Amino acid sequence: MTTMHTLNPTADPATDIDEVARLIRADGTRVCDGELDPWVDDVDHAFLRDLYRDMSLVRSVDTEGVALQRQGQLGLWAPCRGQEAAQVGTARALRPDDFVFPSYRELGVGLVRGAEPADVVLSWRGEVHATYDPQRMRTAPPQIIIGAQSLHAVGYAMGIQRDRGGEIAVAYFGDGATSQGDVNEAMVFASSFAAPVVFVCSNNQWAISEPVTVQARFPIAGRAPGFGIPSMRIDGNDVLACLAAMRWAADHARSGAGPAFLEAVTYRMGPHTTSDDPTRYRAPEDLEAWAQRDPIMRLEALLKAEDAWDDAFEAGVADRADELAAAVRDAALHARSREPLAVFDDVYAEPHTALAAQRRRFGAYLDGFADDEEDAR
Amino acid sequence: MSRLTMAAALGHGLRRAMRDDERVVLMGEDIGRLGGVFRVTDGLLDEFGPARVVDTPLAEAGIVGTAVGLAYRGFRPVVEIQFDGFVYPAFDQIVCQVAKLHYRTQGRVRMPLTIRIPWAGGVGAAEHHSESPEAYFVHTSGLRVIAVSQPQDAYVMLRQAIACDDPVVFFEPKRLYHRKGDVDLADASPMGLARVARPGHDVTLVTYGAQVTTALDAAAAAEEDGVSIEVIDLRSLSPVDYRTLAASVRRTGRVVVTHEAGGEAGMAAEVITSLVERCFHYLEAPPERVTGHDIPYPPAKLEALHLPDLDRILDAVDRVLGRPASPTGFEDEVVIPEAEEAVR
Repeated sequence: MTTMHTLNPTADPATDIDEVARLIRADGTRVCDGELDPWVDDVDHAFLRDLYRDMSLVRSVDTEGVALQRQGQLGLWAPCRGQEAAQVGTARALRPDDFVFPSYRELGVGLVRGAEPADVVLSWRGEVHATYDPQRMRTAPPQIIIGAQSLHAVGYAMGIQRDRGGEIAVAYFGDGATSQGDVNEAMVFASSFAAPVVFVCSNNQWAISEPVTVQARFPIAGRAPGFGIPSMRIDGNDVLACLAAMRWAADHARSGAGPAFLEAVTYRMGPHTTSDDPTRYRAPEDLEAWAQRDPIMRLEALLKAEDAWDDAFEAGVADRADELAAAVRDAALHARSREPLAVFDDVYAEPHTALAAQRRRFGAYLDGFADDEEDAR
Repeated sequence: MSRLTMAAALGHGLRRAMRDDERVVLMGEDIGRLGGVFRVTDGLLDEFGPARVVDTPLAEAGIVGTAVGLAYRGFRPVVEIQFDGFVYPAFDQIVCQVAKLHYRTQGRVRMPLTIRIPWAGGVGAAEHHSESPEAYFVHTSGLRVIAVSQPQDAYVMLRQAIACDDPVVFFEPKRLYHRKGDVDLADASPMGLARVARPGHDVTLVTYGAQVTTALDAAAAAEEDGVSIEVIDLRSLSPVDYRTLAASVRRTGRVVVTHEAGGEAGMAAEVITSLVERCFHYLEAPPERVTGHDIPYPPAKLEALHLPDLDRILDAVDRVLGRPASPTGFEDEVVIPEAEEAVR
């Protein structure tokens, strides 16, 4: 049962960031970990390159998202720069039929799950609230309310149990969410009912301007065992460790042993959203220190050290990253707003007389401008 | 036709719904072995087992939030919030998640949840056990809101709520749980329509929930006084069946709305405004509302002073009829400011 990394009860969530399970050091050297290694013994160079490509695509789209917002094409963007490994590594460990409940920052999870370019930008542009079909992508719409989705994942997992399905449900949330009642209630329900769910906390050190120490005085992974849930604290900038840990957690949940919890220790390199100014609350030297731990550079160093890197691969990834970013830009610039009465669509699944009347009245009001539009032509 | 208490009628409704559709799952605190604190789910655990009658941890957001996940998976969860005042911890999950997921996803995700709430006062309960939170949910787009007043409706409308593809907040007046009525177990009347509980031609008295009983008592008393009151039980608070209401008001020209909840921005305010929009030229008098006071629900020994009783309703009826009645209390507020200091 104990796949948990022993936690020092005096550990500090902010300073003891090296108390994590890891397979690739910041300088790109591969290290062994008795618990994690068996979960990635099939990972060859081709697989590592795929992980590198995925992370590069996420970064490219993320950079484009920020640019589009700055150019006034998007209302808002929530950057995930620095968190690519935590997202790609964990999402790559899942089966397509597993069901994922992400927060708004999980761009990389969405891309791995099959999001299309338009899916990435239309909601930030304000055209629709949610873009892709959650049932088809088996991924819930990104959640804005902090931690609410953790309960949805547990409920979904309870449904899997009732259907005797072999899938698992996954909840992604940040360190700030662990302060929320919903996340704590989710762990109670998951544990009590042994639901096949994995909780992934991306501890990026900051909840807007609140440091993780305002959320936690002990490493967050240390909480789960108190709920009867085994947990692991991993290096969130080490994509291989994230893959391995998630494979362990998913296997644990899938086997019927109940929920598992991962804390991926990482860092949000950018602002909380494009409306935020992190220079007001964090030190440039912290940013510099974390830049040295960059997940993409780290994997590049490993690939080079293992002689699995060549110019053609690098150029191929760069081309694909540019292509995807261009497609995202194209989707944003060519978005077509829906017709006015669409604001009333899908409020209810069945007819609702009050809303139908309001729609009728607003439609009649809009029709009153038809003559003006005719004149203007 | 069976003679059943409302609690038993609700239990029958749940049993029928669970037999008809194996995706119906019940969740709540103490609903299994105990059968619910009001015994509505009595016997269901034995018939359907713990996978379908789930005793949950004591966490309301958890109950509703996990039900959301079950709905994603294609289940039709029916959750019991043990008491009205306990729904507030689940408020975010209800108004931000349950109510909005269909809209947010352009109709790709359905939330056919039924949220049952033992509701309102008059039973001498402790604090937080007598609340009337219906206006919060009526105000939330994406939810349907039902309030039942008799065993027949309880049985039929609960089944309709569970079969509905939209989320339904379902209010069950605690005061009436043990009151018996005739229940036709084959009834299939449509959802969302108001019911003329007692026909009349002088005044339209609109209400819902346990207050229907009080309104009917008032109508019976008024009859002795030669006044004919038409009592309408809304049954559906969202949407409201304005066809039935407006048809009545156009005949009577007078309207009184009564409910237990406080009056400020409440159901009566909404119903009266909507009727004025539809029936202004038919009205013979300004509409009146008779509601609970805008106070926190008072201690049990004082609750009779809060709940609108027969006399307060008849007082308002007198006013809309232009008959001598108690002062409205608004008289002093109507002042025309003559100097700047007067408008402070």
